[in-house]
Amino acid sequence: MYRSHVLVCGGTGCTSSGSERIVAALEKEIKASNLEEEVKVIKTGCFGLCALGPIMIIYPEGAFYSMVKEEDIPEIVSEHLVKGRIVTRLLYQETVHEDTIKSLNHTQFYAKQHRVALRNCGVINPEDINEYIGVDGYMALGKVLTEMTPEDVIKSISDSGLRGRGGGGFPTGRKWSFAAAQPKGQKYVCCNADEGDPGAFMDRSVLEGDPHVVIEAMAIAGYAIGADQGYIYVRAEYPIAVKRLQIAIDQARENGLLGKNILGTGFNFDLELRLGAGAFVCGEETALMTSIEGKRGEPRPRPPFPAVKGLFGKPTVLNNVETYANIPQIILKGADWFASMGTEKSKGTKVFALGGKIHNTGLVEVPMGTTLREIIEEIGGGIPNGKKFKAAQTGGPSGGCIPAEHLDIPIDYDNLISIGSTMGSGGLIVMDEDTCMVDIAKFFLEFTVDESCGKCTPCRIGTKRLYELLDKITKGKATMEDLDKMEELCYHIKANSLCGLGQTAPNPVLSTLHFFRDEYIAHIVDKKCPAGVCKALLSYVIDENKCKGCTLCAKVCPAGAIEGSVKVAHKIDTKKCLKCGACIEKCRFGAIMKK
Amino acid sequence: MANTISSVPFQGTKEQEQELLEVVKRHKGQQGALMPIMQEAQEIYGYLPIEVQKIIAHELEISLEEVYGVATFYSQFSLNPKGQYKISVCLGTACYVKGSGDIFDKLQESLNIKGGECTPDGKFSLEACRCIGACGLAPVLTVNDDVYGRLVPEDVPGILAKYMD
Repeated sequence: MYRSHVLVCGGTGCTSSGSERIVAALEKEIKASNLEEEVKVIKTGCFGLCALGPIMIIYPEGAFYSMVKEEDIPEIVSEHLVKGRIVTRLLYQETVHEDTIKSLNHTQFYAKQHRVALRNCGVINPEDINEYIGVDGYMALGKVLTEMTPEDVIKSISDSGLRGRGGGGFPTGRKWSFAAAQPKGQKYVCCNADEGDPGAFMDRSVLEGDPHVVIEAMAIAGYAIGADQGYIYVRAEYPIAVKRLQIAIDQARENGLLGKNILGTGFNFDLELRLGAGAFVCGEETALMTSIEGKRGEPRPRPPFPAVKGLFGKPTVLNNVETYANIPQIILKGADWFASMGTEKSKGTKVFALGGKIHNTGLVEVPMGTTLREIIEEIGGGIPNGKKFKAAQTGGPSGGCIPAEHLDIPIDYDNLISIGSTMGSGGLIVMDEDTCMVDIAKFFLEFTVDESCGKCTPCRIGTKRLYELLDKITKGKATMEDLDKMEELCYHIKANSLCGLGQTAPNPVLSTLHFFRDEYIAHIVDKKCPAGVCKALLSYVIDENKCKGCTLCAKVCPAGAIEGSVKVAHKIDTKKCLKCGACIEKCRFGAIMKK
Repeated sequence: MANTISSVPFQGTKEQEQELLEVVKRHKGQQGALMPIMQEAQEIYGYLPIEVQKIIAHELEISLEEVYGVATFYSQFSLNPKGQYKISVCLGTACYVKGSGDIFDKLQESLNIKGGECTPDGKFSLEACRCIGACGLAPVLTVNDDVYGRLVPEDVPGILAKYMD
């Protein structure tokens, strides 16, 4: 028995900020204090509050230490673990309430969250199957195999109202029933863990923090549709997730939870990992399966749908990680429990990766129907540096930007589509007044141009032309006719592209055009970038009141564009200025700005 | 991204080739074996020069065109050798909104190479990547396995200096 458990976040965010070193230092200090028999250090998955990493929590007190440094470890060990005195200085200040510690669940960040898919992340050791079993892991699989028919399982998933969390929002139960209806024979279950939306990391956190939940759910899906083989297609860029998944698969096999005759019921199911190789289009279901087959990951037209003709030409069910993470809970707690959360057409919870210009960057899971305002202002803690909110971007390169006027809309699949965005996989990037919406549209188009597989013309050439038009606007060289041309091109690309990548690629342009048209016009007509981002449209100016006339800027200017004499305020000739920024770097008085 | 055939002469060893042949042997017969083999081959050689692709095609009894097609489709596969220090700047949305574009520009300027290239001495290569998932630390860059977060362009010279010796 241990008297204290130290849980250190071992997710990618905290690992990047040094949690490996923290664990090593902890183990060293604990050994030095002869506490090895009394204190256990556990590396868990993501706690969600990535902005404060590295994070660690010590039980039984529930002391939540944030932004821990290696130097802090001796003090934490000698004070907290040896003497039982909590190091208040290092606690997450929100949890400090007079002389006591407030539970993490009562802090602003966690209070409104409801964890279903993430329930074990940050709670268990993901590299130990016994910890997963200790929190009812593999109970759902046991129940399914011994008490339910495949039809019961599919009915339960259908009744729960669960929809695909990868972005499409297709009812999961219906997808399974299509594959189950195919004649008996070889079928496959696949998991899309190729989280490609830049700025989204929900699936990675589930894989890193609770890999067994995906394995259990895939086995359940295998039972439901009659498949004995599954593939998890995971990004090679997620080394921690890959490692933990492999450990989990091996442990499940050793414990008879994968392989032949699972739990003595005669049901066979096994899993294999396949690594993606960095192609965004492989998030599209047909492209993903082509890639597992070892080919160029190009999509193909549907129908036939994968449920009929999928991987290696066989009926296949493909769901995303977060969708699977909900399945065991639905089986154990019932479809009604799941359907009691959320809105009329979107049931359950959704995980969002909150990032960008926001205080509490991290992972949040909220019931469907929560408003953007609650997520950004309450859970996210608002925007830093007193800046003003401009837009929230959801759905990544397939989504759109939502302006302040829609902050109170309850988030679900259908509401987001009605305002020109999409749920996507759950990336939620907050932008403030310093973000240029034209530049953001261009950023996403640069991404889709790069990631277009080239198979169909509307996407391959259309996105490239769209990018060029946006580039023209950000350089102040476009006309108002270009704006109309651009809009028309958007509709052509949407209507004629082969797969989801092309069909949704113009969304970032259309939504910013709709809500932020004045910014586009400012670039075109006034040749100004209101947010001060687009370099070609900025001019450098010297604030006369701040300039001391030290002449440093004039000396460093390679174009001889700065004039002025000693101790007299200098001036920049905007016609000669190359906008290289050398003067700003030299100025000691902060007198030079971009406007 | 630039993914042209390398002008650097191929310097594979017999040991590497032996290792590759064993990898092929292990995967041969498995459904969809090509990509796992190429991923392991890249680990052995550090990149996938045409010579290595030829060995794979020959051993799997498929055309070189098929191997080359896969090698050029996925951004993870590189036909060029990488630098001793691989710098990747995250250009995911969260990092971009927080200014990683400026960090990338600063690196291109400091190293005098473009994204996807390697410095002539083989020391540094620079690339943009899409979200390593450390959005809490945005903007982020990595040098091999070291992660640097919450950056401003002024941090770049200091980071490079650490690897200069």
